[in-house]
Amino acid sequence: MNRAIVRRITPNIRTWRSTLKTFCSDTSEKLHGSDGDKAVTVKSSSLDSTDNVPQYDVAIVGGGMVGMALACSLASMPLTKHLNVAIIDSNPALLARDNIKKEDAPDPRVSTVTPATISFFKGMGAWQYVQLHRHAFFDRMQVWDYTGLGYTRYSARDVDKAVLGCVVENKVLQRSLLSCMEDSDVKKKIYPSRLNSMTLHKSSLLSGTDSISSEPSGSLAKLNLSDGDCLYAKLVVGADGSKSHVRKLAGISTTGWKYPQNAIICTVEHTEDNRCAWQRFLRTGPIALLPMGDNYSNIVWTMGPQQAADRRSMNEADFLKAVNDALDDGHGPHPQSERIGDGGILAWLRSDETSSASEHFEVPPRITKLASDRMVFPLSLMHANNYVSKRVVLIGDAAHTVHPLAGQGVNLGFGDANSLSRVIAEGVAVGSDIGEMALLKRYESERKAANIAMMAILDGFQKAYSIDFGPLNVLRAAAFHGVNYISPLKKNIISYASGEQRLPLFT
Amino acid sequence: MSPFRDPYSAKPFEGLKFVDVGCGGGILSEPLARMGATVTGIDAVEKNINIAQLHADLDPGTSSIEYLCTTAEKLVEEQRKFDAVLALEVIEHVAEPAEFCKSLSALTVSGGANVISTINRSMRAYATAIVVAEYLLHWLPKGTHEWSSFLTPEELVLILQRASISVQEMAGFVYNPLTGKWSLSDDISVNFIAYGTKNTE
Repeated sequence: MNRAIVRRITPNIRTWRSTLKTFCSDTSEKLHGSDGDKAVTVKSSSLDSTDNVPQYDVAIVGGGMVGMALACSLASMPLTKHLNVAIIDSNPALLARDNIKKEDAPDPRVSTVTPATISFFKGMGAWQYVQLHRHAFFDRMQVWDYTGLGYTRYSARDVDKAVLGCVVENKVLQRSLLSCMEDSDVKKKIYPSRLNSMTLHKSSLLSGTDSISSEPSGSLAKLNLSDGDCLYAKLVVGADGSKSHVRKLAGISTTGWKYPQNAIICTVEHTEDNRCAWQRFLRTGPIALLPMGDNYSNIVWTMGPQQAADRRSMNEADFLKAVNDALDDGHGPHPQSERIGDGGILAWLRSDETSSASEHFEVPPRITKLASDRMVFPLSLMHANNYVSKRVVLIGDAAHTVHPLAGQGVNLGFGDANSLSRVIAEGVAVGSDIGEMALLKRYESERKAANIAMMAILDGFQKAYSIDFGPLNVLRAAAFHGVNYISPLKKNIISYASGEQRLPLFT
Repeated sequence: MSPFRDPYSAKPFEGLKFVDVGCGGGILSEPLARMGATVTGIDAVEKNINIAQLHADLDPGTSSIEYLCTTAEKLVEEQRKFDAVLALEVIEHVAEPAEFCKSLSALTVSGGANVISTINRSMRAYATAIVVAEYLLHWLPKGTHEWSSFLTPEELVLILQRASISVQEMAGFVYNPLTGKWSLSDDISVNFIAYGTKNTE
């Protein structure tokens, strides 16, 4: 069958020969940087062979948590350990050798990692590095809103687990992944610069010309970096965040919208120990209090852009008062701790009751001190229409961004890294070219469905809670009660949010 | 040759010599080369060899493949020997399948492997591989296959036996139209693949 298909391809051999000549630029040309501030003149050197230009199997553009997780995962599997990996990121922290000190105040940029992400890290051997630094497991969660009509409490014991998640600083996650990779003997190189442009087929993607009539998958991708280096790679991974340059160069369009909200984040201190994650939906957006250990907690407070700017600039005392109001009884009353009456209509529900259904409403800890700067970030929903293109694949925020209200964002990214590294291993096992579309499409079909489902749910929540309308408030209260007391639903939600289940409701 | 090969290593065929008979554009030769084998690809059509060579040169992992525009019979005359001889989707296009199998056998070292895949001469195969694939879905040009030159599994086993190759295992390929994926199965009524070993002398 393959011979018949080959007979149909009519290559233009002369075109092939002429395109084989161009490599690291014969003439000096200005390369346009992604934000225009660096117009670098490439050294003029006419090379007639690829001997001087390094070749890598995988080039990961973006050395953040998700990019490093992919590199670490490839390093930990026997089938992919031998792959040559290049990491391109101009962040000096990647090359810095100074360790994170215990006395450092907690950085306000934290992530809540789900149990599925924790198993992913453990599987790579990276979790032991995270445990050397500050990290806080939590086993309880309480969600309520300003109307005071209902609340839901979740507990890890509801699903027979020990924890619901763990709150870790982003820099700790990144550094742990880097240390894990360094301790293994894999071939990797960190390029401390930024990606300027990328070409495939030796003809420029940006100019759109492609004089070759057939589409072979054999040519490598050439990456030009901002400091003049260039390299070849079989597969380019875009792990460079929501404003991904790789995604733009690959011509992948996105769908999404900006939320009319910004998030203000900071670290605070309180007097009591906290092992519970608190989230209260206010009229303007949710405020979350996430435990970080040592009487520190992280605040993620979503509100309109003007209010966020005000709250950032107000003095500390006023800010702390605003926070305590938001968490406690400002904005609305506390929900009543009531149980559905003994016996009666709903007694049949109680046989399978979760332990958290019997817990009373608790007031979150009183915040006493601000322990870090306040940072403000705009929020948006974004989804790339394709995750893959010729020799290019997107993971993490480059492929999708979500509202932080359920702490899922980076966990989706880690899920992407896990899935991509497994697909690459499957490809290597049967000798495939790791940049070929058929292989990359497998990753896309695995992750797209899961990511879209999660994004739709989170977007639904964001919209449901942004309207203050009597009947809708009552509906939301009913939803709180429903989730709190209907055990199968609660267990399902916990499983899904923990990453143990790929799609909601379909076990 | 090491006595134990790790099936989970990235290069399980390191040190083995393979020949891909009827290699076409190199669609089988390239993955085998990436998995560590020393591959020789042969095809009677010169254009195929040219394409295969150009494509393989693009990836350093495959640029070591030796492509020759020749036939199995000519290689036998040159007294080449290989650890594994593969002829996938070739034998149904050959004029004399029995002679072809004798050539394949002559190319194999004693105790070496032979893998042959072809299409069964069955009614289902006529309906799917010819009517559907060529005339309805246009996956292949019309006239690619002649039903009368298909071999049944029994015939293939017999001619291989006469060429000193004992067939150890057979499997079929099935296509799932819902997922668009092919998979190995026990159903040998349309496409099937046979693995045999050359009798030790």
